[in-house]
Amino acid sequence: MIRILDLDFTYPAGPFRLRIPGLEVPPGALAAVTGPSGSGKTTLLNLISGVLAPQAGRIWVGEVEMTSLEEAARRDYRLRHIGMVFQEFELLDYLTVLDNILLPHRLSSRLRLDPLVRRRAETLAAQVAIADKLHRFVDCLSFGERQRVGLCRALVTEPRLVLADEPTAGLDPASKALVVELLLGYVRSCGATLLMVTHDLELLSRFDLLVDLQNRSKANP
Amino acid sequence: MRDLLYLAWRHLAYHRFKTAVLVLSITLILYVPTGLRVLVRQARDQLTARASSTPLVIGAKGSPLELVLRVLYAGGEDPAPMRYGEAERVSRTGLAQAIPLYIRHHAQGDPIVGTTLDYFAFRRLRIAEGRQMTRLGECVAGAEVARRRGLRPQDAILSSAENLFDVAGAYPLKMRLVGVLAPTGTPGDRVIFADIKTTWLIEGLAHGHEDLARPEAAAGVLERRAGKVTGNASVVEYNEVTDDNIGSFHFHGDPASYPITAVIALPRDEKAAALLMGRYQSAAQPHQILRPIEVIDKLLATVMTVERFVVATLVLLGATTLATAGLVFLLSLRLRRREMETLVRLGASGRRIAALMAAEIVGVIGTAAALAGLLTWTTAAAGRDLLDRLLID
Repeated sequence: MIRILDLDFTYPAGPFRLRIPGLEVPPGALAAVTGPSGSGKTTLLNLISGVLAPQAGRIWVGEVEMTSLEEAARRDYRLRHIGMVFQEFELLDYLTVLDNILLPHRLSSRLRLDPLVRRRAETLAAQVAIADKLHRFVDCLSFGERQRVGLCRALVTEPRLVLADEPTAGLDPASKALVVELLLGYVRSCGATLLMVTHDLELLSRFDLLVDLQNRSKANP
Repeated sequence: MRDLLYLAWRHLAYHRFKTAVLVLSITLILYVPTGLRVLVRQARDQLTARASSTPLVIGAKGSPLELVLRVLYAGGEDPAPMRYGEAERVSRTGLAQAIPLYIRHHAQGDPIVGTTLDYFAFRRLRIAEGRQMTRLGECVAGAEVARRRGLRPQDAILSSAENLFDVAGAYPLKMRLVGVLAPTGTPGDRVIFADIKTTWLIEGLAHGHEDLARPEAAAGVLERRAGKVTGNASVVEYNEVTDDNIGSFHFHGDPASYPITAVIALPRDEKAAALLMGRYQSAAQPHQILRPIEVIDKLLATVMTVERFVVATLVLLGATTLATAGLVFLLSLRLRRREMETLVRLGASGRRIAALMAAEIVGVIGTAAALAGLLTWTTAAAGRDLLDRLLID
């Protein structure tokens, strides 16, 4: 599903450099990305999703070579085929929970927002116990509830690839369990691929692959 | 596009206070100059139409504008009175038809216009209900006065007391309403018309009381000498003209010396008008003759100059406010940079994000423009009425 070859990336204003000679995550795999702060975990997710473009190297997501696409095409691909879960939720405060979940469908002219999608959004919300808060604004929600909204938003487009950046960081145990179960459950049931940045050692055993950016290695946990 | 409009609407609705302030500011910027222009144009058209339909006005020397406004709109300050004899003198010249006007008294705030039946023909005022006034103490009401006060023929209208503390002064007169005029959309709708003699009756220049020559009126007699009877203070004057007492009403003195506000002169032709105007050119003349349209044109020239200054100021103020509104939008975009980044990270195209921002700006400006349009339309619809009220009050 994900293939990286001779990746070399630096930020224009900074000494940070991420080099990955080769990385392959097969379709349907659950991969955990670990490494100390500043090792490039979030940068790697941004490179795979096409938010950032590397100075050198090639990245494939499925059959699509992201590094050969123009910015607009990368965005379009990301919106339709990649589910993004952010560490800080990145929800829009002026939208209700339901509208936040449906946001990708409102931002794309190629994703239809039909009753089926609405039902899917409601089902996802029910799975993470926020079904009764669909019409509330997100600033009324707890920390854990917001992350669950962010997770539902990532999954509502039924993506083939989910990139999650520390989705359980700072969550209480109950919220963490809900998020992990939904994420892993979705990936397994849909055969999607998950690449998740995490520092949670308890979770590592549930992944198929471990990408350790400190040692630049790929291993089975 | 519908989704973008929805998102824009959600943002504007969530920040409703900021949105309301922006919409209100832009609405006022757009409305005030246009509304003012509409109002001034309407005022110009209305004043010009009314003035140009009134050929000449004769009145006591003083402010030409006060005199013209009083004659055309029954409003403004009360000009110095002139004598009724002047109206007769104009008639006698044969140069013009003279219509006297006495506009001084009120009935519950509505002006009472004392005149002759010629005035109704001149202004093409038509009775819609009831009949025309035919005798002392009768009146007819303009359509708006009748509607507002729920007046019907045979109702009574009481003139207002001019001075509550003048016990020796004239009492309010209870007039009989005999007709209601058809609406004309002119100041005539907002006044009460009475015969000029009726207004003199209100003034106290005529009165009616019991016949002191009769034996049963002895208590009211102060002195009888050489066939002349003098009444005392106990004689009660009638405050209403009825079939029974109309014979007792009488005027004291020469009617030619009675006061009137002005004379509308309808000259036979331009030459007659010029001749008539010539008669009032002398500095020693206590009267002035005016072409109302010339007085109104002077007033409008001043109004237009003021309007140009006001509009120029408003345009400057508007530009400043628009610049401020632009700054608010720009600052808002900066404050929303993180939101933009989120949309980018989710995969929204730059064009779609720009369209979202544009939809919000267009939404605010469009709403403001629609409100300003509505207000301008309302001003245009209500302007005539408003102007009449301003000029009459």
